[in-house]
Amino acid sequence: MKKIIEKIQVGILAGSSLVTSLTVLLIIVFLFKEGIGMFNKSQLEEGYVLTVNASNPVSEIDATSIKNVFDQNITNWKQLGGKDEEINLFSIDDLSNFYSDEQVGSDLEYLDTCMNDYVKNHENTLAYFPRKNLPKNFHGKEIQVGSISVYNFVKGKDWLPSARPVAQMGVLPLLLGTLWVSLGAILLALPFGLACAIYMAEIAHPRVRKILKPIIELLAGIPSVVYGFFGLIVIVPLIQKLFHLDVGETALAGSIVLGIMALPTIVSIAEDAIRNVPNTMREASLAMGASQWQTIHKVVLPYAKSGILAGIVLGIGRAVGETMAVLMVTGNAANIPHSYLQPVRTIPATIAAELGEASYGGLHFKALFALGCILFLFTMILNIYVQLVLKKKRVK
Amino acid sequence: MNKKALIQQIIFWTFRIMSIMVVILLFAILYFITIRGAQAISWDFLTKSPEEGMVKGGIFPAIIGTLYLIAGSLIFAFPIGVFSGIYLNEYLKDGKLKSFIQLMTNNLAGVPSIVFGLFGMALFVNRLHFGDSILAGSLTLGLLVLPIIIRTTEESLKSVDDSYRLASYAMGATKLYTIKKVILPLAFPNVITGIILSIGRVSGETAAILFTVAAYFLPKLPHSIFDQVMALPYHLYVLTTSGTNIEASRPVAYGTAFVLVFIVLVTNVIANLIRNYFNKKYKA
Repeated sequence: MKKIIEKIQVGILAGSSLVTSLTVLLIIVFLFKEGIGMFNKSQLEEGYVLTVNASNPVSEIDATSIKNVFDQNITNWKQLGGKDEEINLFSIDDLSNFYSDEQVGSDLEYLDTCMNDYVKNHENTLAYFPRKNLPKNFHGKEIQVGSISVYNFVKGKDWLPSARPVAQMGVLPLLLGTLWVSLGAILLALPFGLACAIYMAEIAHPRVRKILKPIIELLAGIPSVVYGFFGLIVIVPLIQKLFHLDVGETALAGSIVLGIMALPTIVSIAEDAIRNVPNTMREASLAMGASQWQTIHKVVLPYAKSGILAGIVLGIGRAVGETMAVLMVTGNAANIPHSYLQPVRTIPATIAAELGEASYGGLHFKALFALGCILFLFTMILNIYVQLVLKKKRVK
Repeated sequence: MNKKALIQQIIFWTFRIMSIMVVILLFAILYFITIRGAQAISWDFLTKSPEEGMVKGGIFPAIIGTLYLIAGSLIFAFPIGVFSGIYLNEYLKDGKLKSFIQLMTNNLAGVPSIVFGLFGMALFVNRLHFGDSILAGSLTLGLLVLPIIIRTTEESLKSVDDSYRLASYAMGATKLYTIKKVILPLAFPNVITGIILSIGRVSGETAAILFTVAAYFLPKLPHSIFDQVMALPYHLYVLTTSGTNIEASRPVAYGTAFVLVFIVLVTNVIANLIRNYFNKKYKA
């Protein structure tokens, strides 16, 4: 009996140890299930239809072309593979240009009949209206709008998830925004992080190190909203004044705040790597008459190189995934960045800012999960790389 | 002084000054938030609900909400984390399974918190129909801090000398009995540091609760674990970015930031004290 109880207890311990692996697995399943779903969804706004006259040879238009039609950049059916006729655009948004209130009824109850007539009588029309007003015995035909391709998702230059009638889901500006802000952060944090790590591991008196270490840890413990608040109130106005900008919320502000946040990661991992260098190496170098700096520079740092690199990579991972602070200081304009003095928008900030307003299960919702997948994969790869590097070092 | 020594002096001083700058930076942040935040703190601020579009009144519901989230996430993460740490360190032998679990635990620690938020929303809020609730938020936050607790448990068990285990076995005690009566009591103070650090992390976490529990404004306190709550970090975010009157709500924002920093400061100091005390005691 006692044995059985003990077996059960050990079983509980073993089960607990699997929770983290299970969670990672569940994250993958749930994120990717929603994320991949976006590639099967039409880019046309949900609940709406695009229709043409039955005699129109065009039956499918891709999302970019539809946007161009509605932006008046494409005005002829020929450009869409149809007849050489001008496109006569009908949009529910401009309903009053076509029908009076009496004709469609106060609750749009007669819109079905109106649409049926309109599409029937206008051979070159492209009509956009709610699906619920699609007439039962419709004389026209519905235009199929393709779903977004992975290529267009990754390379698309516009992120306009709530644009009508077709949403534009190009990740490129967000991807570049994330990379710009993170790289800037690492470039700012790197010299300070390395200096701190080398100082703590090689130069400082143990007593000084004992004071410095908790301070660096504290820097890691401050919540990201507090960094965002600090950035918004101190760094953003400073940048605005310094560079004479209209708004201080820029990629640079994001990089500075993220740089501060990435600092502790870089310091602690690089310091560990440096301290793990065997003392015999140092002693050998010093015995040859090298100065302490020469020893650090020529012996210790090259030996600890891969560990230091791991710290930098992990710092990049932290910076890429950081949400709230970036959301608060970068201005969140989804443009392809050209300068550090412009507002940018990162992937995590986009998810945080837009998930609340995206309707559950819709294209926008799924697209935000797809962004989450990108983020997850990116940080996962960095993490695994770092751990392999650190492990190899330990085995040595 | 020869050239070699001079160069070394210059470089060492550069490093020293850069390290001092990092320290100054931390103190600048702390000073900045403390000096303005402390002015906002009063008994009313800590015990009253937000008033007049959140520019007046206090942050009581947010404090309570954060306390609920701390308790909720730890109820879940503490036992699982400690059990998991025990199994990893005491039972599993070095091998593929152990390194796989450790790899996954470290991976989980590196997952961005906004991804936890997405996951929590997909699984707890939508799939399991918990809705935006303390339960969903606590589970999400619990998973988020699980790696911290596992790691500190593992580390603290590792630091218990093998002679204790062998002595216990020699007395005829079983492995589980040894762990329960000998190893855990010895390692426990250090295990606690993991909990304390988790408290700091949970109280400051925003992205993971955005879509799982946090309420923009909710003056009444929650009645069940299926209610939404306000939380300190989200409250600070709302006050600084989307409040009705951002300028007028600044003092409240400073006060909230101060409370957050205070919690982190206290948890860090306590964790360090315990660690130092334990290390000293153990070495002696």
